This record gives sequence, structure tokens and C-alpha cells, in this order.
Amino acid sequence: MDVLTTWFHDLMAGNAIFTAQTIGYYWDGLVTTTQLVFLSLVIGLVLAVPLAIGRSSDRRWISLPIYVYTYVFRGTPLLIQLYIIYYGVVFFDGIQETFLWPMLREAFYPALIAFTLNTAAYTTEIFRGAIKATARGEIEAARAYGMSDSLMMRRIILPSAFRRALPAYGNEVIFMLHASAIASVVTLMDLTGAARFIYARYYAPFEAFLFVAAIYLCLTFAILYFFRWLEKRLLAHLRPQS
Amino acid sequence: MAETPIPLEVRNIKKRFGDTEVLKGLSLSAHKGDVITLIGASGSGKSTFLRCMNLLEQPDEGDLIVHGEEVRFRQTRHGREPADWKQVVRMRAKLSMVFQGFNLWAHMTLLENIIEAPVHVLGKPKKEAIEQARALLERVGLTARADAYPAQMSGGQQQRGAIARALAMDPEVMLFDEPTSALDPELVGDVLKVMHELAEEGRTMIVVTHEMSFARDVSSQVIYLHQGLVEEAGAPDQVLGNPQSPRLKQFLAPKY
Repeated sequence: MDVLTTWFHDLMAGNAIFTAQTIGYYWDGLVTTTQLVFLSLVIGLVLAVPLAIGRSSDRRWISLPIYVYTYVFRGTPLLIQLYIIYYGVVFFDGIQETFLWPMLREAFYPALIAFTLNTAAYTTEIFRGAIKATARGEIEAARAYGMSDSLMMRRIILPSAFRRALPAYGNEVIFMLHASAIASVVTLMDLTGAARFIYARYYAPFEAFLFVAAIYLCLTFAILYFFRWLEKRLLAHLRPQS
Repeated sequence: MAETPIPLEVRNIKKRFGDTEVLKGLSLSAHKGDVITLIGASGSGKSTFLRCMNLLEQPDEGDLIVHGEEVRFRQTRHGREPADWKQVVRMRAKLSMVFQGFNLWAHMTLLENIIEAPVHVLGKPKKEAIEQARALLERVGLTARADAYPAQMSGGQQQRGAIARALAMDPEVMLFDEPTSALDPELVGDVLKVMHELAEEGRTMIVVTHEMSFARDVSSQVIYLHQGLVEEAGAPDQVLGNPQSPRLKQFLAPKY
């Protein structure tokens, strides 16, 4: 116990690591990580809904290309996808002359693209499973009551599928947060990037990475509780009344 | 003639699943206020026949006329299908169905279940639909359960709720597909009582059932199906009281 308090005392006062400046690096990293994860999740979600509907289609020319996409992005490491997009886009002829270049030159946008495509692939499959699991009787009732396919999708299948998908999607969100740590390998100063920088600067790996781990842990708990709250509200219909 | 069209008429419906012909040419016309019960052993085709009436199954042959409007079909590679799905949607809204397994939408409360189709299919104002739903819930004795989810209700309550949902469409004809078969015996009575009341107020109903007492007391016509054909049909006293065919005699005989 003594050892711990001494260590903690040294950590806060005794050494020069946790200055206002390093806390500032961590803060910038937190902002970058949050932006990156939040944006990729939101865009990924928006992409995943129509993709999941297409993936559930009986028409193979719609469902097959989507299956290939999700298979490729779930079947290869995210790090490799990030490398391909970050280092690979340069080799498209003329891309440096387009309006896209100022964005692609930064590490942020290639990382955002890679993460978005990756999470969209996973989310598509999560939603597809939930759509497939819609009770047959409920679909029949929707048809029997005169609903068109699109109305049925909008009012019956999707609302019920989203609810079913919620626990699995919560996991995907946490997964994305943790996976975002690899953005630092393409020079992005996210949370992990900040920790690496501070580690290199002060040669204090233990402090630098423990601190960043604690931040990830807090974020994870926040996500966990958000989804628990959401499930409580939206999955009320599955709980028997006490 | 100023006569109102017949709510539902089906002619010479045929249906096969693979090599088995389950319906071999069935016809029926439901006039206003008719209560037609379809009886028969399992596999006789009575549920399939009912499901052909609102095209949950596509009949391979035969005509379907809802409130004077004939449903148009066309041939495709996969068999016969409706030529105009908009017409089917319109026609289904006139026939509402009560299922054996209730099939309430699980993510909606009972009240939301009842107003769903009137608001989104018929385009009724929400406020009006809610008022109507509350009145219907009172009729089926479920006022207190308006905000319950289906999983929180007993089977009997769910089925009465499903009947309220069907009534909310102001249907020309109500189709009942074995509405009491999935219920515990002590819950059957409540559902039959509601159906009895509907028949008395002049609703047009087609009921697939195993409840012989309901068929005898309530229906205006009983149709006994055997292997996809009408074996015997007529007034309940005649069909159930004095059956002619040996098969129907056997079907009606006490089982123990």
C-alpha cells in the first residue's frame, strides 16, 4: 500500500510528466479520438441501414455485391485497410490535383474512411441478422393489413430489428473505440498517439499508457451505460410485466 | 341496380404446393352479415383457402372479387401473381384477418397496434384513430391494457386485442384463422364471446374453426372441406345436425 501511495505521489507531484502541457496533448487526443469514432459510427450507421436492407433482399444482384463488401471488410484486419487507404490513395493518377487531396493528405480523413467502411460492414451484418429474425407472423399481419413493402419495412421490420440489434451494436461501438487506437500508426495524434508522444518525450511508458488506458476505460463505461439506458427504454416490450 | 356489391366472392380457387394439390376448386360468396364457418380435418385446406382470400397465399387459378372489384392477375415465370400490388393493398385493407398466433406487433403497445394500420394504411387522423381504438378496447374488455406490450398479456387478451385491431380497419369482411386454437381452454370463452357479439351486430365473417358449438350457434353457413374440395355445405342445422356424407359423420362423431 505504501508503495502505491508513494508512487502516486511521485506521479502527481514528483515528476514532470503530468504538466498542463501534457494534459493538453491528452485533451487534443481525446477530441481527435472522439471526433473520429463518433463520425465514423454515425456515417457507418447511415450507410449500414440501406445496405442491410439490400443484403436481406431476395434479389441476388442486390444482395451479393453487399455480401462481398462486408465479407472483405470483415475478413481483413482494420490496420491493413487503414494502410491501404492511407498509403494507397496516393497512387491514383491525378488525385493530387483534385479537391480531395488536401483532405486525403491529412491522416484524419483516410482514417475516417477506413473506420467508416469497416464499421459499416459489421453494422450491416448485425442489422441483417436482426431483420432476418423478424417474426414471420408479424410480417404476415403487416401484409394482411394492407401495408406496402416499404411501409412494412419502415413501420414494422426496421423498428423491431433495431431494437433486437441494440446489444450487438453496443458492442460494435465499444469495439470501434478500441480499434481507433491504431489510427496513431498513420501519424494521427489521437489518444494513443498522444500517449506515444508523451512516452517518447519523457521515456515514461508506464505512466503515459496507464493514463490513456484509464481514459479509454472511462469512455467505455460511458458507452456501456448509454446503451444500457437505451435498452431499458427500447426493449421494454420484451420484459414481462412484474 | 342500387344494390350494394357483395363484400367478398371467390370462384374456383385452386392451389398447389409442389406436387400436392391442396385446393381443387373452391368457391364461396359472403353476403353482408353472413357468418361462414369452414370446418374440416387438418390438411383439408381450410386455412389455405382462407389465406388465398387476402392473397397471403397466391391461388394458381380462380377469381377473387372484393366489394365488386375483381383482382387482376398475370402469369410470370414463378407462377401467377397479382398484376397490380396497389390493388392488392387496397383490397386487403377491406378484409382484416385474425390469426391463430395473434401476430400482434411486439414492439408496439396494444393501443399502437390498433391505430397502426388505420393511421398509416387508411390515412386516418391519429387523434380520431386513438379515440376509436379506446372505444374498441372497451368493447373487447381491455381498457386497462392499452399501454401493455403483447408479451405482457395473456393469449386470450392478445387475441381480443388482435380482434380490436381488425375492427379498427372497418373491414368489409373479417377473416378468422383458427382464432382459438392456440389458447388455453379457459381463455377460449372470452374470445368466442367477442366473436359472438360481432356476428350478432351483423359483421360479415369467415371463420376457420374447430369450435363446433360456435359453428352451430353463430354461423349462417357451414362448409365442410375434405382434401381441398367442398364435401358438404349449408345451414348449420342441416350440415351439423343431419350430415349426409360418411366422412362428415365421422368427423362430427364424439372422439372419445
